[in-house]
Amino acid sequence: MAVKTKFELKLGMATREAFGKALVAVGRENRNVVAVDADLSKSTYLNLFAKEFPERFYSCGIAEANMVGVAAGLASAGKIPFAASFSCFVLNKGFEQLRVLAAYPNVNVKIAGTHSGISIGEDGPSQMSVEDISLACSLPGFTVLSPCDEVETAALVRLAAEHIGPVFLRLGRAKAPVVHAPDQEFEIGRSMELTEGSDVTLIATGLMVAEAIRAQEHLESEGISARVIDMHTIKPLDVGAIRRAAAETRAIVVAEEHLVDGGLGVRVAQAVAEISPCPLEFVGIQNTYAESGTPEQLLEKYGLTARDVIAAAYRVLRRKQ
Amino acid sequence: MKQTQNIEELQAISKRIRRHIIEMTGAAKSGHPGGSLSAVEIVVTLYFDVLRHDPERPDWPDRDRFILSKGHGCPVLYAVMAECGYCPVDTLKTLRKLGSPYQGHPDKRFLPVLEASTGSLGQGLSLALGMGAAARREGKDWRVYVVLGDGEIQEGQIWEAAMFGAHHKIDNVVAIVDYNKIQLDGFVKDIMELEPLAEKWRSFGWQAIELDGHDIRALQAAFAQAKGVKGKPTVIIAHTIKGKGVSFMENNPKFHGIAPTTEEVDLALRELT
Repeated sequence: MAVKTKFELKLGMATREAFGKALVAVGRENRNVVAVDADLSKSTYLNLFAKEFPERFYSCGIAEANMVGVAAGLASAGKIPFAASFSCFVLNKGFEQLRVLAAYPNVNVKIAGTHSGISIGEDGPSQMSVEDISLACSLPGFTVLSPCDEVETAALVRLAAEHIGPVFLRLGRAKAPVVHAPDQEFEIGRSMELTEGSDVTLIATGLMVAEAIRAQEHLESEGISARVIDMHTIKPLDVGAIRRAAAETRAIVVAEEHLVDGGLGVRVAQAVAEISPCPLEFVGIQNTYAESGTPEQLLEKYGLTARDVIAAAYRVLRRKQ
Repeated sequence: MKQTQNIEELQAISKRIRRHIIEMTGAAKSGHPGGSLSAVEIVVTLYFDVLRHDPERPDWPDRDRFILSKGHGCPVLYAVMAECGYCPVDTLKTLRKLGSPYQGHPDKRFLPVLEASTGSLGQGLSLALGMGAAARREGKDWRVYVVLGDGEIQEGQIWEAAMFGAHHKIDNVVAIVDYNKIQLDGFVKDIMELEPLAEKWRSFGWQAIELDGHDIRALQAAFAQAKGVKGKPTVIIAHTIKGKGVSFMENNPKFHGIAPTTEEVDLALRELT
């Protein structure tokens, strides 16, 4: 792809809203696409689908385990169900069902987890999902997608519908800066190199992609050349791009709005360790839960800003051989 | 295979299935004979009379679906499917052995003619209702049958699903509770009482039919009645006897999850002639 040099990062839609709109578009083209809800359609934007296709919309009430089971049944009978809820609820309350009814028999269900990370803000930790990457990636056969903006979300919703097999889509509540051009093409499992760079690589996913870009621009002004990779597919991981980055820049920072334990960083480290060890730094939520606050306050307090990425880049550069 | 409504023929098949169950679990030296034996007439009546299916065309889109939600009772399902011609009879005794199609709990990866991989209790009803919803959406007339254990319906997901089925009027799904009154730790009434069970289902908006789950004629009548019910799903509460057909296994909690010994296999087979 063409590597951009400047990003406007204009605030766009939240990825959950882009999901809701994209699902309507996909639904218009494929009548087998159906939606399954657990009383959060106004928050997940499944209500857009419900409005246009009421007969293809299944309300389950507040019952995530049954929601996943019903979705698996619909998929077993040839439908392409998108079940959506807050990420923490569908993955935690529905995990056993995701394991036994979706992953193990490799059923074609699509799970959309909105309100991931801590940027949901005021609602606090019971509604925040900081372990969903870890949980979803632990399910064999699952594809795990984590878009950073509205463009990528729309594309990945379409690709998820076309993909045969279970998919988890990680979506956010907060409005997300637009990173990608409207006509950008995407492929599941292929990361996006957003800037070329030779001193250090910044691998980011979700809302941390924009922060990585801001960090890159700052580093550039200080004479450091940073490669930025948008890792929109967490599983299967683009191991090739990671190993190239390890071999060529010899220093990597991974940034994610997720617990450091079990997140993207761990998966990147595994890929690097296997073939081309180099120093790594991990920007993510440490061994804790967050709290109520504005999204901006929380991202700052829990170390998820461009400043944190820059600091990590300097740390990793000091260890580079 | 040939389907039949003849009671004597169905009873003879049931006896053959019971022999398989004893031989399979005996050879495996593990497994769940009691809850397999209690469900024999239910599963036999479905596969040999009620279900619209064709073992020659297991992926026929308009086939009726069967799900054994109480997956630990899989010996009865394997034996019935084998007798129907879906899978080999002569390897039934490889139950629970490495590489066998007859895994410890139903596993579609090893036996693709299964409709579902089950084993974690409480999940099959949601799956059945999702399938039923898909059939209704397509205007198809195939139906879904799902066998639940009595202990299994202590799981909360069952009641989430029960609400869903009634709310969405999924009248092409029939759940059968194999009410053999025994679960792993002992008698259901001592572990977690289910009564009043039919009233529970009715209050959740289901058509409930109670019957003797070993009475094939009653099962046939109930399945026919369920087909006529519109606007709500049906549950058949089948009162059964755990270990049915083998005197020393009947109503004996020990045989929930313990296989018969070689001597017990011989004794049981003598009773099942």
